[in-house]
Amino acid sequence: MELRKSYFADERDDHLVEVGKPRARTDALGHVTGASRFFADRNFPGMLHLKMVRSPHHHARIRAIDTAAAERLPGVVRILTARDVPHNLYTILTLIQVGPEDENVLATDKVRWQGEAVAAVLALSERAATEAAARVAVDYEVLPAVLDIDAALQAEAPIVNEYHGRNYYRYDSGECRKVRYGDVEAGFRAADHILDQTYSSSPIEHAPTETTGCIVVPEPGERFTCYTNTQAMFFTLDVVAMILEVPGHRLHMVGGTVGGGFGGKVDVIVEPIAVLAAKLTGRPVSFIYSRAEEMQVSSPRGAERIRIKDGVLRDGRIVARQVTAWLDAGAYSRHSTYGAQKAAAHFPGPYTIPNVAVDSYCIYTNRTPSSAMRGFGVTIGDFALEVQMDKLARLVGMHPLEFRCLNAYRDGDMKAHRQPTEGAALVECMQEASRLAGWPMAQHFYAMSSRRREA
Amino acid sequence: MALKRGRGVAAINYPTGMNLGGDPTHALVHSTPTGNFMVSLSSVDLGQGMRQVVAQICAETIGVPVERVIVDAADTDTGPLCMGTFASRGTHRIGNAVIQAAREARQVMLEVAAEALEVDAGDLETDGEGNIQVKGAPARAISITDAALAAHFRQGRAISGRGIFLVPRSYPEAATGAMKPATCYAHACTVAEVEVDDETGEVAVLSLKNVFEVGRAVNPKLVEQQLVGGAWMGMSHALYETTEPYYPSREHGPTDFNMYLMPGPGDVPRIETVVLERPAPDGPYGAKGTGEMCANPHIPAIANAIFDAVGVRIDTLPITPERILRALQERSRRAAA
Repeated sequence: MELRKSYFADERDDHLVEVGKPRARTDALGHVTGASRFFADRNFPGMLHLKMVRSPHHHARIRAIDTAAAERLPGVVRILTARDVPHNLYTILTLIQVGPEDENVLATDKVRWQGEAVAAVLALSERAATEAAARVAVDYEVLPAVLDIDAALQAEAPIVNEYHGRNYYRYDSGECRKVRYGDVEAGFRAADHILDQTYSSSPIEHAPTETTGCIVVPEPGERFTCYTNTQAMFFTLDVVAMILEVPGHRLHMVGGTVGGGFGGKVDVIVEPIAVLAAKLTGRPVSFIYSRAEEMQVSSPRGAERIRIKDGVLRDGRIVARQVTAWLDAGAYSRHSTYGAQKAAAHFPGPYTIPNVAVDSYCIYTNRTPSSAMRGFGVTIGDFALEVQMDKLARLVGMHPLEFRCLNAYRDGDMKAHRQPTEGAALVECMQEASRLAGWPMAQHFYAMSSRRREA
Repeated sequence: MALKRGRGVAAINYPTGMNLGGDPTHALVHSTPTGNFMVSLSSVDLGQGMRQVVAQICAETIGVPVERVIVDAADTDTGPLCMGTFASRGTHRIGNAVIQAAREARQVMLEVAAEALEVDAGDLETDGEGNIQVKGAPARAISITDAALAAHFRQGRAISGRGIFLVPRSYPEAATGAMKPATCYAHACTVAEVEVDDETGEVAVLSLKNVFEVGRAVNPKLVEQQLVGGAWMGMSHALYETTEPYYPSREHGPTDFNMYLMPGPGDVPRIETVVLERPAPDGPYGAKGTGEMCANPHIPAIANAIFDAVGVRIDTLPITPERILRALQERSRRAAA
């Protein structure tokens, strides 16, 4: 890696002492020698292991749960079901006043995705817990499932999540988060070319080295210490407190070295049930996802579909961009309502376009709930935007870097979400990339600056 | 049948933080009796090196060697609120909170030293090596250890500071979507070169040339670690990853790293990275968040390079050999018809 200090040198103080030093991390030696301790490196006398009974169906009504056979297995201490959970309806973003609560900790009358937690088995060993989980008999009435965005939006589609009452999240702006800037239809009329394309993506796993989990220890004074690899300590503490209906001062969250998060450890799924299990049994409880659970049960990056319709002039200027984005949240909101909103803010990308319309939908289906992942609301949008930019450049017969420089935002330009551009540096990144890759542009593109628009 | 080469580019920006939710981080800094500085946070280090970055920011602000800064993180009994480590917010939000707390602690430290040296606090400076001295007269100095001892045992003063950094929540306007999703943006441009086998549909990424503008590289080695790791992840998203290869059927859903395909060491191309710094006015020493965007530009750059190589567009991720082959066959069928 090289730092290219010639750009923006007049905006920087380069005489700092510690900031800018390429120091080795103090934790590096521990990581490479195996000495670093992770939450799961703890063991406590009498610790119980928690394994979930999970739905094999995408959508089903629960007629009955029979735990009797499982409870008789040696080593099984207790099996928790919905009625054991004090406040068994939650959504994570309640803490920032984004509702409604739409998800059970343990399923009550219905399951809405394949893998949903139905009952929690507590046993003296992981093996006993796993074997007992397989013996819990759940009587399901299978219901028709909604398995993609189009099916979800059909008028006669089954309702995935009754707490929303419809298969999309309702924002204050209506069925989607909207951005309106200029007059996109007038822009299309003025354009020499129209390009209307649709992009899509599959769910992606965070794939952290360390799977999601926690170990909870009951302490004297009715406190609980929860050793966790969550990415957000107080989010986790507050969500646990709400679900258990215990005051926050009873909870102590302890993190430490985490083996990668990438957004997969912000959902607060393992801690509430593990703290509850420790509270009800009075014993330490370990709940750690297997690799299979990490890959097939924990929230992935959601599947997305993005339609971009652009109007472009013969000289390469984009005069209108209309984006419709659908984020497949799966069965529950988790963080997806936020992701769809962040996507709306991100379009039309780092380009100055006078006429923009964005509709960003958060859709419910009977799919594994998706949630935050590195680049939430943006990564797949950037894929769609930048492939579209490549197609547009070819459509008007321009060099793809020159085409982007021509349309790139500069300081002072108004963005579609009505904030003036500040601190732009896209043009400079492209200038340097052109040099690095030996892919030259016409000379005047190297004289461009993000700080001002040339006359 | 042939191996065909192509080149593609993509350019992106990325917002720092989660303004649309309200975004505080709170930090506390205090001196131990011998002048080491403890930073107390509830923030989580996910392996990206947050603690190291915080230590350097705190050391810079107080004016002490970085070895004297200890970072106590991820504990709700000892650390004050942090929204969490996500949304590319860690360096920016935590860094700003730590700067505010460290400035307050530094001010007390200088006042303690001033009393001990019988000078005005405004005339003092730190030498960055553990001493406080009179500007222009470095012989009149006190070590930070002695200043901390004096504060605790003679002057009865707490060398400590409080810091909080809050970006207030922006509520989008319903009709227009007017909102303030971020206060600063990082930038990137990637050029990818690929080789596509038009008989098997397999893609080899030959090189990824990346330029990232990050505001300020607080620790360039950690920036490099993020950007190279991110390049690998972006390449993996582009070509390999899905948890549901045959959706809506859940069959063959991967359950381990043998089934969940990602690039192995032999698949990783030459990665060249250049970093630019345009400091953000509200960033800690100008830093912006780059934790997420470092996986983004490679995906479209690779997709565009594949088109450049074989002339088919795959607009669905991941761009698997099967999808490329089907698109090539479809093109041949159309040409024949």
